[in-house]
Amino acid sequence: MSDPRMKTIWFFVGLMLLLMGALTFLAGIYQIFVPPATHTILAESHPNVWWGGLMMAFGAIMYLVDRKQTP
Amino acid sequence: MHTIGLTPFDWLIIVSYFGFVIGIGIYLRSFTRSHEDFFLAGRKNSSWVAGLAFLSANLGALELLGMAGNTFKYGMFVAHFYWIGAVPAMLFLGIYMMPFYYSSKIKSVPGYLKLRFDEKTRVLNGIAFAFMTLLVSGINLYAMALVLHTFIGWNWDLSMWVSAGTVAVYVTLSGLLSAIFTEIIQFFLIWFGLFLVAIFGMIELGGIDQIFHRVNELYTSVSYTTLWSSSGDATRNGMMVTWSGIVLGLGFVLSFGYWTTDFLVVQRAFSAKDLRSARMTPILASFFKMAIPFIVILTGLIAIVLAHDPKSGFTLLNDGGQINYDSTLPLLIVRYYPAGLVGLGITALLAGFMAGQAGNVSAFNTVWTYDIYQSVINRNASGKHLLWMGRVATIAGILISVGTAYWAKSFPSIMDYMQAIFSWVNAPLFATMLLGMFVWWITPNGAFWGLVAGMCSSFFLYLAVKFDWFAQSLITMSSVQSDMAANFWRAWWAWLICVLVTVGVSLLTKRRPKEELVGLVKGLTPEASDRDVPLVRRPAFYAVISLAVFLLLNIIFW
Repeated sequence: MSDPRMKTIWFFVGLMLLLMGALTFLAGIYQIFVPPATHTILAESHPNVWWGGLMMAFGAIMYLVDRKQTP
Repeated sequence: MHTIGLTPFDWLIIVSYFGFVIGIGIYLRSFTRSHEDFFLAGRKNSSWVAGLAFLSANLGALELLGMAGNTFKYGMFVAHFYWIGAVPAMLFLGIYMMPFYYSSKIKSVPGYLKLRFDEKTRVLNGIAFAFMTLLVSGINLYAMALVLHTFIGWNWDLSMWVSAGTVAVYVTLSGLLSAIFTEIIQFFLIWFGLFLVAIFGMIELGGIDQIFHRVNELYTSVSYTTLWSSSGDATRNGMMVTWSGIVLGLGFVLSFGYWTTDFLVVQRAFSAKDLRSARMTPILASFFKMAIPFIVILTGLIAIVLAHDPKSGFTLLNDGGQINYDSTLPLLIVRYYPAGLVGLGITALLAGFMAGQAGNVSAFNTVWTYDIYQSVINRNASGKHLLWMGRVATIAGILISVGTAYWAKSFPSIMDYMQAIFSWVNAPLFATMLLGMFVWWITPNGAFWGLVAGMCSSFFLYLAVKFDWFAQSLITMSSVQSDMAANFWRAWWAWLICVLVTVGVSLLTKRRPKEELVGLVKGLTPEASDRDVPLVRRPAFYAVISLAVFLLLNIIFW
């Protein structure tokens, strides 16, 4: 991974977490307005919203790590 | 049971994962120019990258499902697989064995056997390893298709071919590099996709203390929440094993046999950019390994409490009167995860299955190409030809894996042989490596016949118990035992037989001159001192911290 032209693994980890976090977050927002037919335990805390947000934040940090490591 | 319903958001997450890993394979293709790039990722990785890949290669979905289920069955003793069954061996690899592996510039573990002993020992181990990896890869594929079919209702053939095809594309394009990239992505997906199950379980049940308290109320005569305090008597713990079986069988032979000699994991350390990074690889991985029980053990204990509470409505699947322990984790996902998170949880399991297969196939193509093809079939192959052969071996390996998966489908008891296969290859190999690296007078013939005797005895002991040729208590030296206890003790006997035969034959056969073993055997090799290196840059410093954390965890959960 010392090839300067190659993106580091942290770029891909960041991108993946941003993408999946955004989709999870959007699913949570959607379910606030259109409640699902089946109820899961602790659904009232809207875990897909805050967990999706957390993933996006972590993905952004990984992206910054890549920027710092890329010459 | 009702299958898990997926929303469009869940589907988008799953499909994006497939697109993503294929995209990574295509991207890395342009950086895979030589056979060293393909088989060893160019030996350019940092210790963080190699360390996370080292751990992730072992962290397959089969392991996550199986260990969560085993916790339901055996209790907290399963944590021994993550602590005493991993950490000491990983630190030993980083501190004592890696200098010999890495400095000899070998490309595989069988390659070390060639340098230290001879060609026949290398080929024997190469063939056994290649056979084992393809079998394990196929059984992983079978297990994946079974899980997806049972819980999501996906078509058995389609899910197997799509995931196998995806792995074939990215590993064929860019070899070990893409396998390592996807393994690291899998590591993060597993934490983000599955740790929330444990968090929700703790919230629902009132915290770890409450979970332990309720499990203790359920089991008064047998301990399900301790590690060592109930190990003096096999009748007092869920695994029905004594501390000696844990220490000798799991902590010593099985653990050291896997973590220090199994090329699937050791190959990740070989991809490190220098010796220090290679030594740091298993040491860094040990910290993350110690954290995994906070997913699998906790979910298993949460499931025990819920399953015994009629008001919870939680029960494990029942297949024809047999409890399906592997359903623990998927059923908790169904219980806790709403839309979006379900897709994430399934993607984490899928990523685990696929990364596990990619790991096996990338180890297989290396051993096949260097230790069988180049060693026996085409000694003068050029680098370009070896690269081509690696790609062909990848596709062939995937196809054989798919064939094995269909075989496993028609012959489900093949799953029972998995543990036998591991102790058949890894336990005796650890004895050979240990003697080879630390005792200079061990001879090539001693190593070869010791390995043959160890492999045969392990398999014989398994068959003997399976077909009632003699009682299992003869192996475990206890009147009560579980299958897991028998696995531990069988590994120990195979290791001991390998040691005795290796030493015995070595005393009677011709030794190699000492000067030929410089760089391969401790005591004959000048050791690089890191006295001038700052303390915080020394691998030993981090190994001591890891050991302290390991001891602390064992004391806390004693």
